[in-house]
Amino acid sequence: MEFGILVNEGPYTHQASDTAYLFARTAIEKGHKVPRVFFYHDGVNNSTRLATPPQDDRNVSSRWSKLAEEHAVDLVVCVAAAQRRGINDDVLAPGFRISGLGQLVEMGIQYDRLVTFGD
Amino acid sequence: MSDMDEMEDGSGIVKKFMFLNRKAPHGTVYALEGLEVVLITAAFDQDVSMVFTDDGIYQLMKGIDTKGIEVKDFSRTYRALEGYDIEKLYVDQASLDARGLTEDDLIVDVTVLSVDEMANLMAEQDVVISF
Repeated sequence: MEFGILVNEGPYTHQASDTAYLFARTAIEKGHKVPRVFFYHDGVNNSTRLATPPQDDRNVSSRWSKLAEEHAVDLVVCVAAAQRRGINDDVLAPGFRISGLGQLVEMGIQYDRLVTFGD
Repeated sequence: MSDMDEMEDGSGIVKKFMFLNRKAPHGTVYALEGLEVVLITAAFDQDVSMVFTDDGIYQLMKGIDTKGIEVKDFSRTYRALEGYDIEKLYVDQASLDARGLTEDDLIVDVTVLSVDEMANLMAEQDVVISF
């Protein structure tokens, strides 16, 4: 099955991004496909490479980048939400790209399921 | 890569999208940014329904004035939805009752549904996105 994933909350304050990551990783391990993850609202803050959490904690953006590299997951950050929050191409972690909301709508149209993680 | 270009993708497929609006218009950004997704989805010629439930029904209240909190008032966008062919607006009866509100307190024409009717409508959808 093909899953589209929508992440609506930022890292660390909320668990949404962690749960979305674990869902995506597990789905892929089970043989499903996660072609794209879309980051919206404060979810765009998951895409910055400037975050430096303590070494004994997980690095949320880095593990998204790793998942993208290993499994060709398209990590899309909403441009309008990103501009509001100071996220641009200069600060993006590897594997992330900035694009429009149409990429989110496409996931709903093309994939078997769209799963939202947020409040 | 504008949204106009992206609209070429997936053409011909029409799915039923329901947008579930659960939060007050101000206090958090969910209602404002959620509306953007609704408008883009309609631009993709999808079958769009909007549901207002819990504090989400405050998004449709008459007389919203945001001057005091110094944020943008986007309530007029709800009146413009018809222009985007978004005409399926549903409100949860129990949420109205719990807040002492009626249809007359709202700025647009809506269909008021019971919890059971809402559940049936939800079950018919292909995609449900909650803000």
